[in-house]
Amino acid sequence: MSRFAIFLIPVVVIAFFWALARYEAKAVHDPTHKSFFERNGMTLGIVFIALVAFWTLFLVVLPYLYMAQESFHPKLPPLKRGGPEDFLTIQQYRSFFVEPSSGDWNSNHMSAFLFSILASVLVTAANFAICYPLAYYMAQAGTAQKVRLLMLGLIVPYWVNEILRAFSLRLLLASRGLINQALMGLGITETPIDFLGNDTGLYVGLSYAYLLIMIFPLYNAIESLDKNQIEAARDLGAPWWRIHKDVVMPYAKPGIASGCTLVFMLSAGSLAAPQFLGGPRTLWFTLIVYDFFFQAFNWPRGAAYAFILLAACIVFVMLMLRLFKVSLGETIR
Amino acid sequence: MSSRIVMKAMIAFYVFLFFLYLFGPLMVMSATAFNTPAYPQAYPFEGFTLGWFVKLWNHRAMMEGLWNSVIIGFGAVAVSVPVGLAAAIVMNQIYDRARGLYYLVTVSPVLTPGVIIGISTVIFWKDMMGLTDFTKAVFYKGVILAILGQSSFIAAYCLLIIMARLQRFDRAQEEAALDLGASYPQVFWHILLPFLKPALISAAVIAFLSSFENYNTTTFAILADKTLVTVLAGEVRQGTTPALSALAVIIISISLAGAIAYEVMKRREEAASERAKERAKLAERGDVMPAAVAAAA
Repeated sequence: MSRFAIFLIPVVVIAFFWALARYEAKAVHDPTHKSFFERNGMTLGIVFIALVAFWTLFLVVLPYLYMAQESFHPKLPPLKRGGPEDFLTIQQYRSFFVEPSSGDWNSNHMSAFLFSILASVLVTAANFAICYPLAYYMAQAGTAQKVRLLMLGLIVPYWVNEILRAFSLRLLLASRGLINQALMGLGITETPIDFLGNDTGLYVGLSYAYLLIMIFPLYNAIESLDKNQIEAARDLGAPWWRIHKDVVMPYAKPGIASGCTLVFMLSAGSLAAPQFLGGPRTLWFTLIVYDFFFQAFNWPRGAAYAFILLAACIVFVMLMLRLFKVSLGETIR
Repeated sequence: MSSRIVMKAMIAFYVFLFFLYLFGPLMVMSATAFNTPAYPQAYPFEGFTLGWFVKLWNHRAMMEGLWNSVIIGFGAVAVSVPVGLAAAIVMNQIYDRARGLYYLVTVSPVLTPGVIIGISTVIFWKDMMGLTDFTKAVFYKGVILAILGQSSFIAAYCLLIIMARLQRFDRAQEEAALDLGASYPQVFWHILLPFLKPALISAAVIAFLSSFENYNTTTFAILADKTLVTVLAGEVRQGTTPALSALAVIIISISLAGAIAYEVMKRREEAASERAKERAKLAERGDVMPAAVAAAA
């Protein structure tokens, strides 16, 4: 039953805040203050609390905590779980660094992890570079009707799901694909270029999949910038790149942080692009996690690896917030 | 002056390239849906066929997956929208010191990779539902786990959409109703809920679409069942067939039709408001004219 000990954590946290609230309400007596149930009525109040508790506890907090504790267990057949061999261990995390079967450094998994992170950073930067000009143009230069048309043009491709979009890129980039046909037809290359094997497909696929995720936060942030500020900067003789560096970008910081965070997170955690656009030797961290679940059936190790990925994402989010000096609330809206 | 023209041309070229990047692959894929070769190819075009659409229609696994996707989509809407609404209301009323933690917990699913949400859902609910044979037999199913796993983050989307509108709610309306003798539940049903209706509708639409399209979370949570997207993934992994392109053509046509309908609707609305303005102007002038005529006379 030790596995269910994690249930105590949210109970303790909620009890702590509840006690604190009770204490403060007594210390500072405010006659106009109404309790939650007074403000919503008993029935509605209970329904609200029940819905929120179900979501935050059973769909968010407890699954994460449960996965975390699972990652500290050894891999066991179902019958042996809870038995004497079921002790707490860090062997799953250790296996990320040292391969348990051979005792060597686990360079395969570590390099896949690093590659996933670096490629995601690269894709994030590339998408920012691709999307910023269009977002700026739409937000500041376009007329209302033009913007709406562009917006529709952006949204329509995103109704097509991730898998089919990856598939469409594969039709272009495969060795029998249209691009290779064109290159060979023009006589630029003799033999087809292996775009999927050299990871070009992966980069293009990731970038293509998350263009919209970058452009909307940027557009929303730039759109509310007062045009007069840009005019003023221009009148004072600022060159175009200084207008962007010193006026537009500082103003759009929350949008930039939000777009970059989301694109990074989605691409580091993406499954479709590496599965369908990667080559046979492409190492991608989520694919390793996927294999632990569906081929090795080693759930504890998969959970530990998932946790390592989660930790990397948290670090990246914190870094972005620090770098852009924005709060989480400004980023996610 | 000429630098301005150069600038304009460059912007136009850039917008063109951007949309080529966006639409090019989809257009090539669409072309392969009508070409006869079994390997999806756009060029050379060997002959027009609609056979791939027929093949798609006869693809049993895909139709089964589509059905499951629709069920999961409605399930996710049914869970996420009420939860998002309740969470937004609680966000406004929660004890101040707990708000930071509450906010962090509620938006964390948006920032968590879908793969991790899927994995944690399966690990957690497998043991939870495995506690008794009854719950295991009744609830431990791919469709139910997919709804639970997806709702984890879709409810957060709904919360953000609903909260954005809730922040614009005028508290004076609530106070007026209370002063006139309405109870708090009455305020909720007759004032707050109608005010939030547009946000609730868009939350439901977004919830359904994100559920329908989801791959990362669903591929883990769906267990042995299948959705349209997981069937597609299996097909793409096994190889390529123009039947997939045919499906894409259908999806693109539906969304294009939706987009055009939306554009036409917007234009009509604009034209109507323009006409109303014109009429108002004419009416004004009509009032002025007789006076001017009278003055001249």
